[in-house]
Amino acid sequence: MIHQYKQGGYNIVLDICSGSVHVVDEVAYDIIGMFEEKSRGEIIAAMKEKYADRSDITETDLEECYEQVEGLKKAGKLFAPDTFEPMAGALKEKTAGVVKALCIHIAHTCNLNCAYCFASQGKYQGERAIMSLEVGKRALDFLIENSGSRHNLEVDFFGGEPLMNWDVVKEMVAYARSIEKEHNKNFRFTLTTNGLLIDDDVIEFANKEMSNVVLSLDGRKEIHDRYRVDYAGNGSWERIVPKFQKLVEARGGKNYYMRGTFTHANPDFLKDIQQMLDLGFSELSMEPVVCAADDPSALTEEDMAVVMDQYEKLAELMLQRDKEGKPFTFYHYMIDLTGGPCIYKRISGCGSGTEYMAVTPWGDLYPCHQFVGDEKFRLGDIWKGVTNTEIQQEFAACNVYAHPECRDCWARLYCSGGCAANAYHATGSVTGIYEQGCRLFRKRMECAIMVAVDRAFR
Amino acid sequence: MEHIKTIETRNLCESAKNGGCGECQTSCQSACKTSCGIANQQCENAEESK
Repeated sequence: MIHQYKQGGYNIVLDICSGSVHVVDEVAYDIIGMFEEKSRGEIIAAMKEKYADRSDITETDLEECYEQVEGLKKAGKLFAPDTFEPMAGALKEKTAGVVKALCIHIAHTCNLNCAYCFASQGKYQGERAIMSLEVGKRALDFLIENSGSRHNLEVDFFGGEPLMNWDVVKEMVAYARSIEKEHNKNFRFTLTTNGLLIDDDVIEFANKEMSNVVLSLDGRKEIHDRYRVDYAGNGSWERIVPKFQKLVEARGGKNYYMRGTFTHANPDFLKDIQQMLDLGFSELSMEPVVCAADDPSALTEEDMAVVMDQYEKLAELMLQRDKEGKPFTFYHYMIDLTGGPCIYKRISGCGSGTEYMAVTPWGDLYPCHQFVGDEKFRLGDIWKGVTNTEIQQEFAACNVYAHPECRDCWARLYCSGGCAANAYHATGSVTGIYEQGCRLFRKRMECAIMVAVDRAFR
Repeated sequence: MEHIKTIETRNLCESAKNGGCGECQTSCQSACKTSCGIANQQCENAEESK
Protein backbone atom coordinates (compact mmCIF):
# COMPACT_ATOMS: atom_id res chain seq x y z
CA MET A 1 0.00 0.00 0.00
CA ILE A 2 1.13 3.53 -0.72
CA HIS A 3 -0.17 6.94 0.33
CA GLN A 4 0.34 10.03 -1.82
CA TYR A 5 -0.20 13.64 -0.81
CA LYS A 6 0.97 17.14 -1.63
CA GLN A 7 1.96 19.55 1.10
CA GLY A 8 4.47 22.31 1.68
CA GLY A 9 5.50 22.30 -1.97
CA TYR A 10 6.40 18.61 -1.85
CA ASN A 11 4.86 15.63 -3.63
CA ILE A 12 5.21 12.91 -1.02
CA VAL A 13 4.76 9.17 -1.49
CA LEU A 14 4.76 6.88 1.51
CA ASP A 15 5.31 3.18 1.05
CA ILE A 16 3.50 1.89 4.07
CA CYS A 17 4.95 -1.57 4.61
CA SER A 18 8.60 -0.81 3.90
CA GLY A 19 8.39 2.51 5.75
CA SER A 20 9.95 4.30 2.77
CA VAL A 21 9.33 8.00 2.17
CA HIS A 22 9.81 9.33 -1.35
CA VAL A 23 9.73 12.91 -2.58
CA VAL A 24 8.87 12.92 -6.26
CA ASP A 25 8.26 15.28 -9.14
CA GLU A 26 4.82 15.63 -10.71
CA VAL A 27 5.54 13.03 -13.40
CA ALA A 28 6.56 10.36 -10.90
CA TYR A 29 3.63 11.32 -8.67
CA ASP A 30 1.20 10.59 -11.50
CA ILE A 31 2.93 7.42 -12.67
CA ILE A 32 3.01 6.00 -9.14
CA GLY A 33 -0.69 6.75 -8.81
CA MET A 34 -1.45 4.59 -11.84
CA PHE A 35 1.29 1.99 -11.49
CA GLU A 36 -0.66 -0.83 -9.92
CA GLU A 37 -3.79 -0.30 -12.00
CA LYS A 38 -2.58 0.14 -15.56
CA SER A 39 -0.07 -1.38 -17.96
CA ARG A 40 3.15 0.39 -18.92
CA GLY A 41 1.73 1.30 -22.31
CA GLU A 42 -1.48 2.68 -20.83
CA ILE A 43 0.45 4.76 -18.30
CA ILE A 44 2.82 6.26 -20.87
CA ALA A 45 -0.11 7.04 -23.17
CA ALA A 46 -2.07 8.69 -20.37
CA MET A 47 0.98 10.71 -19.34
CA LYS A 48 1.67 11.87 -22.91
CA GLU A 49 -1.88 13.09 -23.15
CA LYS A 50 -1.80 14.86 -19.80
CA TYR A 51 1.51 16.59 -20.47
CA ALA A 52 0.97 17.17 -24.23
CA ASP A 53 1.59 20.91 -23.92
CA ARG A 54 4.77 20.49 -21.86
CA SER A 55 7.82 20.45 -24.13
CA ASP A 56 10.09 19.81 -21.16
CA ILE A 57 8.50 16.40 -20.53
CA THR A 58 9.52 14.01 -23.29
CA GLU A 59 8.52 10.41 -23.91
CA THR A 60 12.07 9.44 -22.89
CA ASP A 61 11.51 11.18 -19.56
CA LEU A 62 8.29 9.26 -19.04
CA GLU A 63 9.92 5.93 -19.86
CA GLU A 64 12.84 6.71 -17.55
CA CYS A 65 10.53 7.69 -14.75
CA TYR A 66 8.50 4.52 -15.20
CA GLU A 67 11.68 2.48 -14.87
CA GLN A 68 12.69 4.36 -11.72
CA VAL A 69 9.33 3.49 -10.16
CA GLU A 70 9.70 -0.10 -11.30
CA GLY A 71 13.19 -0.22 -9.78
CA LEU A 72 11.92 0.97 -6.42
CA LYS A 73 9.20 -1.67 -6.49
CA LYS A 74 11.79 -4.37 -7.21
CA ALA A 75 13.94 -3.02 -4.36
CA GLY A 76 10.99 -3.39 -1.98
CA LYS A 77 10.59 0.37 -1.46
CA LEU A 78 7.33 0.85 -3.31
CA PHE A 79 4.18 -1.29 -3.17
CA ALA A 80 5.80 -3.59 -0.59
CA PRO A 81 3.22 -6.17 0.47
CA ASP A 82 1.97 -6.44 4.04
CA THR A 83 3.48 -9.69 5.22
CA PHE A 84 3.41 -8.82 8.90
CA GLU A 85 0.08 -10.22 10.03
CA PRO A 86 1.47 -13.59 11.21
CA MET A 87 3.83 -11.63 13.48
CA ALA A 88 1.08 -9.54 15.04
CA GLY A 89 0.86 -11.43 18.29
CA ALA A 90 4.55 -12.32 18.48
CA LEU A 91 5.77 -9.45 20.63
CA LYS A 92 2.96 -9.86 23.14
CA GLU A 93 3.49 -13.62 23.25
CA LYS A 94 7.20 -13.17 23.77
CA THR A 95 6.60 -10.69 26.57
CA ALA A 96 3.40 -12.27 27.94
CA GLY A 97 2.99 -11.46 31.60
CA VAL A 98 5.60 -8.70 31.45
CA VAL A 99 4.43 -5.33 32.74
CA LYS A 100 6.71 -2.42 31.94
CA ALA A 101 4.67 0.64 32.77
CA LEU A 102 2.17 1.70 35.38
CA CYS A 103 -0.05 4.73 35.47
CA ILE A 104 -0.27 5.43 39.19
CA HIS A 105 -3.52 7.15 40.16
CA ILE A 106 -1.92 8.78 43.13
CA ALA A 107 -4.92 11.05 43.76
CA HIS A 108 -8.51 10.64 42.68
CA THR A 109 -9.23 14.20 43.54
CA CYS A 110 -8.43 17.53 41.99
CA ASN A 111 -8.20 21.18 42.94
CA LEU A 112 -9.59 22.17 39.55
CA ASN A 113 -13.07 21.49 38.25
CA CYS A 114 -12.57 21.27 34.48
CA ALA A 115 -15.83 20.53 32.70
CA TYR A 116 -14.10 18.64 29.88
CA CYS A 117 -12.13 16.28 32.13
CA PHE A 118 -12.35 12.66 30.92
CA ALA A 119 -11.64 11.62 34.52
CA SER A 120 -14.73 13.45 35.82
CA GLN A 121 -12.73 16.02 37.79
CA GLY A 122 -10.26 13.36 38.86
CA LYS A 123 -12.79 11.08 40.54
CA TYR A 124 -13.23 8.65 37.63
CA GLN A 125 -16.95 8.32 38.28
CA GLY A 126 -16.19 7.25 41.88
CA GLU A 127 -15.41 8.70 45.28
CA ARG A 128 -12.53 11.01 46.03
CA ALA A 129 -9.50 9.07 47.21
CA ILE A 130 -5.75 9.32 47.59
CA MET A 131 -3.23 6.50 47.44
CA SER A 132 -1.52 5.46 50.68
CA LEU A 133 2.23 4.93 50.79
CA GLU A 134 1.59 1.26 51.53
CA VAL A 135 -0.41 0.85 48.31
CA GLY A 136 2.12 2.91 46.38
CA LYS A 137 5.08 0.81 47.50
CA ARG A 138 3.21 -2.38 46.74
CA ALA A 139 2.46 -1.07 43.24
CA LEU A 140 6.18 -0.58 42.65
CA ASP A 141 6.92 -4.07 44.00
CA PHE A 142 4.22 -5.45 41.70
CA LEU A 143 5.88 -3.74 38.74
CA ILE A 144 9.32 -5.12 39.59
CA GLU A 145 7.94 -8.62 40.19
CA ASN A 146 6.12 -8.62 36.86
CA SER A 147 8.67 -6.91 34.64
CA GLY A 148 10.76 -9.93 33.72
CA SER A 149 14.07 -8.94 32.20
CA ARG A 150 12.83 -5.51 31.15
CA HIS A 151 15.32 -2.95 32.47
CA ASN A 152 13.55 0.39 32.05
CA LEU A 153 10.33 0.68 34.02
CA GLU A 154 7.99 3.60 33.49
CA VAL A 155 5.84 5.04 36.22
CA ASP A 156 3.52 7.95 35.61
CA PHE A 157 2.10 9.85 38.55
CA PHE A 158 -1.35 10.71 37.34
CA GLY A 159 -4.67 11.80 38.73
CA GLY A 160 -6.70 13.79 39.43
CA GLU A 161 -3.97 16.08 40.63
CA PRO A 162 -0.84 14.25 41.82
CA LEU A 163 0.48 17.21 43.80
CA MET A 164 -2.49 16.78 46.18
CA ASN A 165 -0.67 13.65 47.38
CA TRP A 166 2.87 14.92 46.89
CA ASP A 167 4.45 13.42 50.02
CA VAL A 168 3.47 9.93 48.88
CA VAL A 169 4.90 10.64 45.42
CA LYS A 170 8.22 11.61 46.96
CA GLU A 171 8.32 8.62 49.26
CA MET A 172 7.45 6.25 46.43
CA VAL A 173 10.27 7.65 44.33
CA ALA A 174 12.69 7.26 47.24
CA TYR A 175 11.51 3.68 47.72
CA ALA A 176 11.94 2.91 44.02
CA ARG A 177 15.46 4.35 44.01
CA SER A 178 16.33 2.24 47.05
CA ILE A 179 15.40 -1.05 45.36
CA GLU A 180 16.02 -0.51 41.64
CA LYS A 181 19.71 -1.44 41.58
CA GLU A 182 19.37 -4.75 43.39
CA HIS A 183 16.73 -5.74 40.82
CA ASN A 184 18.70 -4.35 37.86
CA LYS A 185 15.93 -1.89 37.00
CA ASN A 186 15.84 1.77 36.07
CA PHE A 187 12.69 3.67 36.99
CA ARG A 188 11.65 6.50 34.71
CA PHE A 189 9.08 8.72 36.36
CA THR A 190 6.64 11.14 34.79
CA LEU A 191 4.57 13.70 36.64
CA THR A 192 1.41 15.18 35.15
CA THR A 193 0.16 18.29 36.93
CA ASN A 194 -2.20 21.23 36.61
CA GLY A 195 0.44 23.36 38.32
CA LEU A 196 -1.57 24.98 41.11
CA LEU A 197 0.50 23.43 43.90
CA ILE A 198 3.93 23.79 42.31
CA ASP A 199 6.40 25.30 44.75
CA ASP A 200 10.18 25.29 45.14
CA ASP A 201 10.16 21.84 46.69
CA VAL A 202 8.14 20.41 43.80
CA ILE A 203 10.43 22.09 41.26
CA GLU A 204 13.60 20.79 42.87
CA PHE A 205 12.32 17.25 43.34
CA ALA A 206 10.60 16.95 39.96
CA ASN A 207 13.61 18.27 38.11
CA LYS A 208 15.87 15.80 39.88
CA GLU A 209 13.70 12.68 39.72
CA MET A 210 11.15 12.99 36.95
CA SER A 211 12.31 11.97 33.47
CA ASN A 212 9.39 13.93 32.11
CA VAL A 213 6.87 16.40 33.44
CA VAL A 214 3.59 17.12 31.71
CA LEU A 215 2.19 20.56 32.51
CA SER A 216 -1.43 21.25 31.68
CA LEU A 217 -1.93 24.58 29.95
CA ASP A 218 -4.51 25.24 27.24
CA GLY A 219 -2.77 28.28 25.77
CA ARG A 220 -4.55 31.62 25.70
CA LYS A 221 -5.79 32.85 29.08
CA GLU A 222 -9.40 33.14 27.96
CA ILE A 223 -9.33 29.63 26.49
CA HIS A 224 -7.58 28.07 29.46
CA ASP A 225 -9.85 29.76 31.99
CA ARG A 226 -12.99 28.73 30.17
CA TYR A 227 -12.60 25.15 31.39
CA ARG A 228 -9.69 25.04 33.81
CA VAL A 229 -11.35 26.67 36.81
CA ASP A 230 -11.28 25.98 40.54
CA TYR A 231 -14.35 25.03 42.53
CA ALA A 232 -15.15 28.70 43.09
CA GLY A 233 -15.19 29.15 39.32
CA ASN A 234 -11.96 31.16 39.16
CA GLY A 235 -9.62 30.63 36.25
CA SER A 236 -6.19 29.18 36.98
CA TRP A 237 -4.06 30.66 34.17
CA GLU A 238 -2.54 33.57 36.08
CA ARG A 239 -1.67 31.37 39.05
CA ILE A 240 -0.01 28.55 37.14
CA VAL A 241 1.88 30.23 34.28
CA PRO A 242 4.62 31.79 36.47
CA LYS A 243 5.05 28.45 38.25
CA PHE A 244 5.38 26.58 34.97
CA GLN A 245 7.90 29.13 33.71
CA LYS A 246 9.97 28.78 36.87
CA LEU A 247 9.87 24.98 36.73
CA VAL A 248 10.84 24.82 33.07
CA GLU A 249 13.64 27.34 33.46
CA ALA A 250 15.06 25.35 36.37
CA ARG A 251 14.68 22.08 34.48
CA GLY A 252 17.79 22.69 32.45
CA GLY A 253 16.74 20.98 29.25
CA LYS A 254 15.25 17.82 30.74
CA ASN A 255 12.08 16.56 29.07
CA TYR A 256 8.83 18.35 29.66
CA TYR A 257 5.66 19.07 27.72
CA MET A 258 3.19 21.86 27.92
CA ARG A 259 0.06 19.85 27.30
CA GLY A 260 -3.13 21.54 26.23
CA THR A 261 -6.54 20.40 25.13
CA PHE A 262 -8.47 22.04 22.34
CA THR A 263 -12.24 21.86 22.09
CA HIS A 264 -15.18 23.37 20.24
CA ALA A 265 -14.19 26.61 21.98
CA ASN A 266 -10.81 26.82 20.21
CA PRO A 267 -10.48 24.80 17.03
CA ASP A 268 -8.11 27.65 16.06
CA PHE A 269 -5.64 26.15 18.49
CA LEU A 270 -2.59 27.54 16.71
CA LYS A 271 -3.21 30.75 18.62
CA ASP A 272 -2.79 28.73 21.79
CA ILE A 273 0.43 27.18 20.52
CA GLN A 274 1.63 30.71 19.74
CA GLN A 275 0.71 31.79 23.26
CA MET A 276 2.79 28.95 24.70
CA LEU A 277 5.72 30.00 22.53
CA ASP A 278 5.30 33.63 23.60
CA LEU A 279 5.49 32.49 27.23
CA GLY A 280 8.87 30.91 26.49
CA PHE A 281 7.85 27.26 26.24
CA SER A 282 9.22 25.13 23.41
CA GLU A 283 8.08 21.52 24.09
CA LEU A 284 4.43 21.52 23.23
CA SER A 285 1.48 19.19 22.92
CA MET A 286 -2.10 20.11 22.06
CA GLU A 287 -4.66 17.34 22.10
CA PRO A 288 -8.16 17.28 20.66
CA VAL A 289 -10.76 16.84 23.36
CA VAL A 290 -12.06 13.29 23.67
CA CYS A 291 -15.68 13.21 24.71
CA ALA A 292 -19.16 12.12 23.62
CA ALA A 293 -20.29 13.58 20.31
CA ASP A 294 -23.18 15.43 22.02
CA ASP A 295 -20.94 17.06 24.62
CA PRO A 296 -20.82 20.87 24.25
CA SER A 297 -17.01 20.76 24.09
CA ALA A 298 -16.96 18.18 21.27
CA LEU A 299 -15.43 19.13 17.93
CA THR A 300 -18.07 19.55 15.22
CA GLU A 301 -17.60 18.85 11.51
CA GLU A 302 -17.11 22.60 10.97
CA ASP A 303 -14.45 22.59 13.67
CA MET A 304 -12.74 19.63 12.02
CA ALA A 305 -12.15 21.63 8.83
CA VAL A 306 -10.59 24.42 10.88
CA VAL A 307 -8.45 21.95 12.84
CA MET A 308 -7.11 20.31 9.68
CA ASP A 309 -6.06 23.72 8.38
CA GLN A 310 -4.50 24.57 11.73
CA TYR A 311 -2.39 21.41 11.61
CA GLU A 312 -1.00 22.46 8.23
CA LYS A 313 -0.29 25.98 9.45
CA LEU A 314 1.39 24.53 12.54
CA ALA A 315 3.75 22.56 10.32
CA GLU A 316 4.54 25.74 8.38
CA LEU A 317 5.16 27.62 11.62
CA MET A 318 7.60 24.92 12.77
CA LEU A 319 9.60 25.18 9.57
CA GLN A 320 9.58 28.97 9.69
CA ARG A 321 10.82 28.97 13.29
CA ASP A 322 13.51 26.42 12.37
CA LYS A 323 14.82 28.90 9.81
CA GLU A 324 14.70 31.73 12.35
CA GLY A 325 16.76 29.67 14.81
CA LYS A 326 13.82 29.41 17.21
CA PRO A 327 12.77 25.77 16.84
CA PHE A 328 10.09 24.13 18.96
CA THR A 329 8.74 20.65 19.38
CA PHE A 330 5.17 19.59 18.79
CA TYR A 331 4.63 16.19 20.36
CA HIS A 332 2.57 14.76 17.52
CA TYR A 333 4.99 15.95 14.86
CA MET A 334 7.94 14.17 16.40
CA ILE A 335 8.87 11.39 14.04
CA ASP A 336 12.18 9.59 13.80
CA LEU A 337 12.27 8.13 10.32
CA THR A 338 15.61 6.38 10.78
CA GLY A 339 15.39 5.26 14.41
CA GLY A 340 11.69 4.75 15.09
CA PRO A 341 10.02 1.60 16.33
CA CYS A 342 10.54 -1.81 14.73
CA ILE A 343 7.68 -3.57 12.98
CA TYR A 344 6.81 -5.67 16.03
CA LYS A 345 6.09 -2.53 18.00
CA ARG A 346 4.16 -1.01 15.10
CA ILE A 347 1.69 -3.85 14.83
CA SER A 348 1.27 -4.98 18.40
CA GLY A 349 -1.19 -2.33 19.61
CA CYS A 350 -0.87 0.21 22.40
CA GLY A 351 -0.05 -2.31 25.13
CA SER A 352 -2.87 -1.38 27.49
CA GLY A 353 -3.96 -4.24 29.71
CA THR A 354 -0.80 -6.22 29.06
CA GLU A 355 2.44 -4.25 29.37
CA TYR A 356 0.74 -1.10 30.61
CA MET A 357 -1.82 -0.85 33.39
CA ALA A 358 -3.37 1.76 35.64
CA VAL A 359 -3.43 1.39 39.43
CA THR A 360 -6.23 3.00 41.41
CA PRO A 361 -5.65 4.64 44.81
CA TRP A 362 -6.86 1.43 46.47
CA GLY A 363 -4.68 -0.88 44.36
CA ASP A 364 -7.01 -2.17 41.67
CA LEU A 365 -5.58 -2.78 38.20
CA TYR A 366 -7.23 -1.54 34.99
CA PRO A 367 -6.06 -1.82 31.37
CA CYS A 368 -5.30 1.91 31.30
CA HIS A 369 -6.26 5.18 32.95
CA GLN A 370 -9.20 5.66 30.59
CA PHE A 371 -10.89 2.44 31.74
CA VAL A 372 -10.63 3.23 35.45
CA GLY A 373 -14.08 3.49 36.95
CA ASP A 374 -15.63 0.94 34.59
CA GLU A 375 -15.85 -2.10 36.87
CA LYS A 376 -16.14 -4.66 34.08
CA PHE A 377 -12.62 -3.76 32.99
CA ARG A 378 -11.09 -4.35 36.43
CA LEU A 379 -8.21 -6.74 35.78
CA GLY A 380 -7.32 -7.60 39.37
CA ASP A 381 -5.20 -5.90 41.99
CA ILE A 382 -1.56 -5.30 42.90
CA TRP A 383 -1.55 -8.06 45.53
CA LYS A 384 -3.08 -10.95 43.57
CA GLY A 385 -2.12 -9.70 40.12
CA VAL A 386 -4.34 -10.09 37.06
CA THR A 387 -7.27 -12.38 37.85
CA ASN A 388 -9.66 -11.29 35.11
CA THR A 389 -7.76 -13.13 32.38
CA GLU A 390 -10.72 -12.99 30.00
CA ILE A 391 -10.51 -9.19 29.78
CA GLN A 392 -6.73 -9.31 29.59
CA GLN A 393 -6.94 -11.71 26.66
CA GLU A 394 -9.21 -9.25 24.88
CA PHE A 395 -6.48 -6.61 25.19
CA ALA A 396 -3.68 -9.05 24.36
CA ALA A 397 -5.45 -9.82 21.06
CA CYS A 398 -5.99 -6.13 20.29
CA ASN A 399 -3.28 -5.62 17.68
CA VAL A 400 -3.48 -3.57 14.49
CA TYR A 401 -4.95 -6.46 12.48
CA ALA A 402 -7.74 -6.91 15.02
CA HIS A 403 -9.35 -3.67 13.79
CA PRO A 404 -11.07 -4.43 10.46
CA GLU A 405 -11.05 -0.76 9.44
CA CYS A 406 -7.29 -0.49 9.90
CA ARG A 407 -6.54 -2.96 7.13
CA ASP A 408 -7.26 -0.33 4.48
CA CYS A 409 -5.72 2.57 6.38
CA TRP A 410 -2.30 3.85 5.31
CA ALA A 411 -1.54 5.17 8.80
CA ARG A 412 -1.87 1.85 10.60
CA LEU A 413 1.87 1.35 11.12
CA TYR A 414 2.15 4.84 12.62
CA CYS A 415 -0.62 4.37 15.21
CA SER A 416 -0.56 0.62 15.81
CA GLY A 417 -4.35 0.46 15.72
CA GLY A 418 -5.05 3.47 17.88
CA CYS A 419 -6.33 3.97 21.39
CA ALA A 420 -8.32 1.03 22.75
CA ALA A 421 -10.23 3.26 25.15
CA ASN A 422 -11.28 5.71 22.46
CA ALA A 423 -12.35 2.78 20.27
CA TYR A 424 -14.38 1.29 23.10
CA HIS A 425 -16.07 4.56 24.01
CA ALA A 426 -16.89 5.27 20.35
CA THR A 427 -18.07 1.80 19.31
CA GLY A 428 -18.44 -0.43 22.37
CA SER A 429 -15.51 -2.56 21.27
CA VAL A 430 -11.76 -2.21 21.82
CA THR A 431 -11.28 -3.48 18.28
CA GLY A 432 -13.44 -0.72 16.81
CA ILE A 433 -12.06 2.64 15.76
CA TYR A 434 -12.62 6.23 16.87
CA GLU A 435 -13.15 7.72 13.44
CA GLN A 436 -12.71 11.38 14.37
CA GLY A 437 -9.48 10.56 16.16
CA CYS A 438 -8.28 8.58 13.13
CA ARG A 439 -8.92 11.49 10.77
CA LEU A 440 -6.95 13.84 13.00
CA PHE A 441 -4.18 11.30 13.41
CA ARG A 442 -3.77 10.83 9.66
CA LYS A 443 -3.56 14.59 9.18
CA ARG A 444 -0.93 14.88 11.90
CA MET A 445 1.16 12.14 10.30
CA GLU A 446 1.05 13.85 6.92
CA CYS A 447 2.23 17.08 8.53
CA ALA A 448 4.89 15.34 10.63
CA ILE A 449 6.35 13.60 7.60
CA MET A 450 6.31 16.79 5.53
CA VAL A 451 8.27 18.55 8.28
CA ALA A 452 10.72 15.63 8.41
CA VAL A 453 11.12 15.76 4.61
CA ASP A 454 11.83 19.49 4.67
CA ARG A 455 14.41 19.05 7.41
CA ALA A 456 16.02 16.15 5.52
CA PHE A 457 16.56 18.36 2.49
CA ARG A 458 18.30 21.14 4.42
CA MET B 1 16.68 12.80 -15.04
CA GLU B 2 16.05 11.94 -11.40
CA HIS B 3 12.33 11.96 -10.68
CA ILE B 4 12.37 10.45 -7.19
CA LYS B 5 14.36 11.24 -4.07
CA THR B 6 14.12 8.69 -1.29
CA ILE B 7 14.52 9.90 2.27
CA GLU B 8 16.53 7.67 4.58
CA THR B 9 14.15 5.65 6.75
CA ARG B 10 14.25 2.54 8.86
CA ASN B 11 13.41 -0.48 6.72
CA LEU B 12 10.41 -2.03 8.43
CA CYS B 13 10.71 -5.34 6.57
CA GLU B 14 14.33 -5.65 7.73
CA SER B 15 13.32 -4.79 11.29
CA ALA B 16 11.22 -7.95 11.30
CA LYS B 17 14.41 -9.99 11.33
CA ASN B 18 15.90 -8.67 14.53
CA GLY B 19 13.43 -6.35 16.25
CA GLY B 20 11.00 -7.04 19.03
CA CYS B 21 13.19 -6.67 22.11
CA GLY B 22 10.33 -4.91 23.93
CA GLU B 23 12.52 -2.30 25.67
CA CYS B 24 10.76 0.61 24.01
CA GLN B 25 8.49 3.02 25.82
CA THR B 26 4.88 2.07 26.31
CA SER B 27 2.80 3.85 23.72
CA CYS B 28 0.68 5.95 26.04
CA GLN B 29 3.30 6.83 28.62
CA SER B 30 3.94 10.33 27.40
CA ALA B 31 2.40 13.72 26.82
CA CYS B 32 -0.81 12.54 25.38
CA LYS B 33 -2.91 10.01 27.28
CA THR B 34 -5.90 10.36 24.97
CA SER B 35 -4.68 8.91 21.67
CA CYS B 36 -2.12 6.41 20.49
CA GLY B 37 0.83 7.13 18.29
CA ILE B 38 3.98 5.11 18.06
CA ALA B 39 5.74 6.86 15.21
CA ASN B 40 7.20 9.44 17.56
CA GLN B 41 8.84 6.88 19.80
CA GLN B 42 12.44 5.88 19.84
CA CYS B 43 13.78 2.38 19.36
CA GLU B 44 15.67 1.57 22.56
CA ASN B 45 17.70 -1.15 20.94
CA ALA B 46 20.52 0.92 19.49
CA GLU B 47 22.21 -1.93 17.68
CA GLU B 48 19.06 -2.98 15.89
CA SER B 49 17.56 0.37 15.01
CA LYS B 50 19.28 0.90 11.70
